[in-house]
Amino acid sequence: MGLFILRRLFQGFLVVLGVTLVVFVATRMVGDPAQVMLPLSATAEQRAAFEHKFGLDRPMAEQFVDFIGDLATFDFGESMWQRRPAMDVIAGRLPNTLKLIAAGLGLAIVLALPLGALAAIRPGGFADRITVFLGLFGLSLPQFWLGLLLIMVFAVTFKVLPTSGYGGWTHFILPAVTLALPAAARLMMLVRSSVIDELNQQYVRTARAKGLRFPQVLFGHALRNALVPFITLAGWEFISALAGYTVVVETVFAWPGLGLTAMQAIKFSDLFLLQAIVFTVAIGIVLVNIVLDVIYKLIDPRIKLA
Amino acid sequence: MDAISEMPLLEVERLQVEFDTRAGIVHGLRGVDLSIRRGETLALVGESGSGKSVTAQAVMGLIDVPGRIAGGDIRWKGQSLLKGDGPRRAKDIRGKEVALIFQDPMTSLNPLITIGAQIGEVLQRHLGMTKAQARIRVLELLEAVGIPAPPRRAAQYPHELSGGMRQRVMIAMAIACEPQLLIADEPTTALDVTIQAQVLELIAGLQETLKLSVILITHDLGVVAGLCQRVAVMYAGRIVETGLADDLFERPSHPYTQGLIRSTPRLDDRLERLVSIEGAPPSLLAPPRGCAFEPRCPIAEARCGTEPPLAIVHAGASAACWKPSQPAWRDVPASAEPAPVS
Repeated sequence: MGLFILRRLFQGFLVVLGVTLVVFVATRMVGDPAQVMLPLSATAEQRAAFEHKFGLDRPMAEQFVDFIGDLATFDFGESMWQRRPAMDVIAGRLPNTLKLIAAGLGLAIVLALPLGALAAIRPGGFADRITVFLGLFGLSLPQFWLGLLLIMVFAVTFKVLPTSGYGGWTHFILPAVTLALPAAARLMMLVRSSVIDELNQQYVRTARAKGLRFPQVLFGHALRNALVPFITLAGWEFISALAGYTVVVETVFAWPGLGLTAMQAIKFSDLFLLQAIVFTVAIGIVLVNIVLDVIYKLIDPRIKLA
Repeated sequence: MDAISEMPLLEVERLQVEFDTRAGIVHGLRGVDLSIRRGETLALVGESGSGKSVTAQAVMGLIDVPGRIAGGDIRWKGQSLLKGDGPRRAKDIRGKEVALIFQDPMTSLNPLITIGAQIGEVLQRHLGMTKAQARIRVLELLEAVGIPAPPRRAAQYPHELSGGMRQRVMIAMAIACEPQLLIADEPTTALDVTIQAQVLELIAGLQETLKLSVILITHDLGVVAGLCQRVAVMYAGRIVETGLADDLFERPSHPYTQGLIRSTPRLDDRLERLVSIEGAPPSLLAPPRGCAFEPRCPIAEARCGTEPPLAIVHAGASAACWKPSQPAWRDVPASAEPAPVS
């Protein structure tokens, strides 16, 4: 197990390095920071000075060598937009995003497991039709629209929840629900179909022939065995939230997290900050995958870690 | 024999099971009558699709949508398991007083739970044992079914055990609560020939020590001859003949039974090729009005268009045939007992 984790960490390191390289090149090809950061009235001298200050006037290969050197010390340079080290910006924003994902994904899981299992008891039955309808509804919700709709109803019309921003627990509700509903729908549909599969397995017949009560058959056997695909999708949801969904949700709710920061970094062509964000997200993805593999092994003894 | 041991343990009466399919209603069981007394061993034989397994599943309450019990009754010690509060009582009887061993031990165990825990589950459910108590009893059970090194095995998962070992685990699970009736649904079909004999020996041994009644479902007549006192032959969802095992092999009454025995390969046989019964069983979507074997029967005649009742042919033997005990195939020798396995 220890050796496995070590090997996966090394592989992950290569992945992160590759991703960072791509981002390094891409950011320098799409935007011109001097153009965006300086006022329109800036002179050519001022632009040159700006580029010189951040080392953007040097050959790209030279910049890359420097970049890799700094990477070893987690130094991503200074955010041009915030005028402070990029890693400091991330350290301030990342926890907010993780809290939002924890709340949203937690809610999604709490909804998906019982509803999916309930639907699977009688495929085509009343409970199943209701949950499948809700599931399809949730699957087809555009997240930005859902967020705006929730704001309109709960913050503007009924004035029971804050529209946006970060504060007490009430600020969590709308963004977490917005993040949770589509994920809950995806997870629930998966739980439903895998539990249906498992309930048709021969070992479930054995469990029933043993005289076990139905809740024990459903939760102790079928749902438990349905957890492997479920964990896979839940991990994917976490990664997608970190690398995508939170960008939308945080933008809609002005949530001071990594996603919103990424949007701003792109807007301001803040190369150094953007590099740091992508690097952080890549590390997050690698770590989540390692954790998933370990969880698989814990659930299914047949899985060999290699 | 006293009155209690005379009363049948399990009685199945006119049992009908139907399955709703896209093509229509499949009449899986068309009025099955069956009874078994304490300590008795009964073989249920017949080809695939004849309703052997469905009968076992009906007794164990495993008939699911799209299947349903459409008529008849199942009685345990004289009390219905289908009517009144029967279904509720049945939940405490199944797994405790009646236990089932499935055909395929490879898929019948939950792959993600240790075998110790899977056996322990039964004890916790029916005998109210705690996990710790169950753990101790599990080791005794594993020992009893001949699994070496029980403490190590109990902590293992099904994929770490061979097929024969897994079937032993299934048997341990079945006898955990010391049932009175064990239904073994083709317990050796999925196993190597060498392992088959061991598993059958184990069942026979347990039958003796635990005074079990056993219903052995099989299509292997060789197994029947060595292990069972009584035989019931199923065809197209009905029982077409029952009798004492030795007697039934000696002088089969129903033409189908005769054909079945005739088509059993024998080691001492000099015949060039295997013989079979011509034709196929009727579709149970639209079962025939009369005798279901009539289309394949070499001695069928006009009256076979009406259904023959299961009637006594001679002492201890009944057959559902209008012309019982007449040789249906000319090449069948008078005595056609197949060689027992082992």
